[in-house]
Amino acid sequence: MNLRAEGVSKSYFRKTGEANFFVAVQRTDLTLEGGQVTVLMGRSGSGKTTLLHMLAGLLQPSEGKVFLENTDLYALEDQALSRLRNEKISVIPQSRSAIETLSVRENILLPATLYGHISGETERQAQAWMDRLGILPLADSRPRELSGGELRRMAIARALVSRPAVILADEPTGDLDDENTILVLDVLRESARAGAAVLLVTHENDALKYADVACRMDQGILRIC
Amino acid sequence: MKAWKLPLRNLARKPGRTAALIALTAFLALSMFAGSVVALSLRRGMSSLENRLGADVIVVPVSAKSKVNLDEILLQGATGYFYMDAELLPQLAKESGVAQLSPQLFLASLRASCCSVAVQVIGIDQDTDFTVQPWISRSYAQRLGEMDVAVGSKISADVGENIILYETRCHVVARLETTGTAMDTCVYCSMETLRALLEAARGLNHDLKISGDPEEVVSAVYLKVQEGMDPQKVADSINLQRKFKKVQAVRTKSMFTGIADSLSGVSRTIGLLVVAVWALAVVLLLIAFLLSANERKREFAVLRLLGTSRRMLAGLMWRETALCSLMGGVLGVALAALILFPFAGLIEHSLGLPYLMPAAPTMALLAAASLAAAVLVGSLASAWATHRLSRVDPGTILREGN
Ligand SMILES: Nc1ncnc2c1ncn2[C@@H]1O[C@H](COP(=O)(O)OP(=O)(O)OP(=O)(O)O)[C@@H](O)[C@H]1O
Ligand SMILES: [Mg+2]
Repeated sequence: MNLRAEGVSKSYFRKTGEANFFVAVQRTDLTLEGGQVTVLMGRSGSGKTTLLHMLAGLLQPSEGKVFLENTDLYALEDQALSRLRNEKISVIPQSRSAIETLSVRENILLPATLYGHISGETERQAQAWMDRLGILPLADSRPRELSGGELRRMAIARALVSRPAVILADEPTGDLDDENTILVLDVLRESARAGAAVLLVTHENDALKYADVACRMDQGILRIC
Repeated sequence: MKAWKLPLRNLARKPGRTAALIALTAFLALSMFAGSVVALSLRRGMSSLENRLGADVIVVPVSAKSKVNLDEILLQGATGYFYMDAELLPQLAKESGVAQLSPQLFLASLRASCCSVAVQVIGIDQDTDFTVQPWISRSYAQRLGEMDVAVGSKISADVGENIILYETRCHVVARLETTGTAMDTCVYCSMETLRALLEAARGLNHDLKISGDPEEVVSAVYLKVQEGMDPQKVADSINLQRKFKKVQAVRTKSMFTGIADSLSGVSRTIGLLVVAVWALAVVLLLIAFLLSANERKREFAVLRLLGTSRRMLAGLMWRETALCSLMGGVLGVALAALILFPFAGLIEHSLGLPYLMPAAPTMALLAAASLAAAVLVGSLASAWATHRLSRVDPGTILREGN
């Protein structure tokens, strides 16, 4: 499957100089191919997260459309879009995203729980990912007991359990040490090899080694390198 | 874990928030249930009093005012007696506008060795009575025989037992339904039985201050006026005539005005109290939801990110609050019941007004309505807070405060 942005842009109402609105992302075309890792780099505030959220169906673009294969995401009703996101598109957000009242294991199983997809197989998957990412001993802890890097790996495990067609990772290695950074990058590349379309937003120059496609964002303008 | 357990988990893991919500809704249900039960009991007490009195005008001796007021006996449960000449009866019957009339004869028993209880004893003329008879007939279908008495619900004597009044054995044949009025503390018998008791009292040297033949006295005459006649006019006309100078006619309505006034005062206070409590609780509830919704903004955005639709989110939130307010509602109604039932006597006493609690089905209905109202208010508040939040794109919330 591929995820395609066609002419998407995002502007915000905000006083900037003489203009009344601020363009966070200029009209952009981007295709994330299944089986490939697309690395997106760029300075802080250049619009990377904004683009990623639009690709995920989480932020309505000011113009343009986003397609998953032939489905226009923003033409869908909220219920259909939500279900599609649950089953096909996994997001690893830049910020903390744990549900505090659930244990680490329950957080990881939450996407499957929502639509009653829990099975012995999903539980085994969750177990395996926690093990691989080194957070298995924390499975029954509460999120507030975890460090930033541990929470990050929890979010990564949560994104991978459902074997999504698209993985959108927003600085997934942000608070990780070198060893874990390599582990996470490896894991994402494996997912791509298994068929997923992976977008990796990062400041990590090492990540370029994992890229099938690399792009740069500069003041809202996307360039494929 | 199953999806439906999510709300339960949230409730269990945020005990402070949960307890506050439960307490707030308990407060709502309690005030609504207790307020409506008390208000309804007062209204029922009043209409029961009106029904039981059932007369438009009551004629009593002028001297009754100086000794014991009739309204004190009938409305406040005082005991006393006064007498007037029975010869007035045919004259009153001839008065224009009078449709029906029936005499009653009073005697107060004493808290002394001669009597087993100190009560107001009322003799009724079973051939003409139209006020007490319908009430008695609901528990006792026959005429009251010689030395038979029917007792009000607050008198501790059972059917089949005897009570001793002026060393005379009286047979309890019926216990009357509760009216919530002073009549529940009275004992009723036939005119003949009461005359026998009068004799017995005189035999025991009690000065009943009867002038004339004790066989020829009555205490009060109950009048019903003809359809379309103004009871006040009938009473005024009686009061103006010389032949009736030893008696006075009182409109029963005017006996009620005191009660009706304090009743509407009390009702208004209860109403205001309930409205105030509700306004306060609803405002607190909205604030609580706004605060918790703000605190949970991120949680909602994450749930949306993971594929929860707006409708699912609203459902999850609704179940959480509905559960809370249901628990709160049950708690509130239970607390109200714990106050209302064991302390009914105390409430009645401190209000000093006729007080007749509604029957079980009505109570159940009021309880259910209070519960439903608590759940409804909780649900609306939560729906409002959820709606406010889910209008914003989750992407925007997720970006905030990185
Ligand atoms: N809701 C909003 N209202 C106004 N401006 C916004 C809003 N969301 C984003 N922006 C602006 O859009 C620009 C791009 O933001 P974005 O979060 O996409 O940057 P980024 O490339 O992800 O940065 P970083 O690397 O720091 O995460 C920023 O200048 C930001 O201030
Ligand atoms: Mg960003």
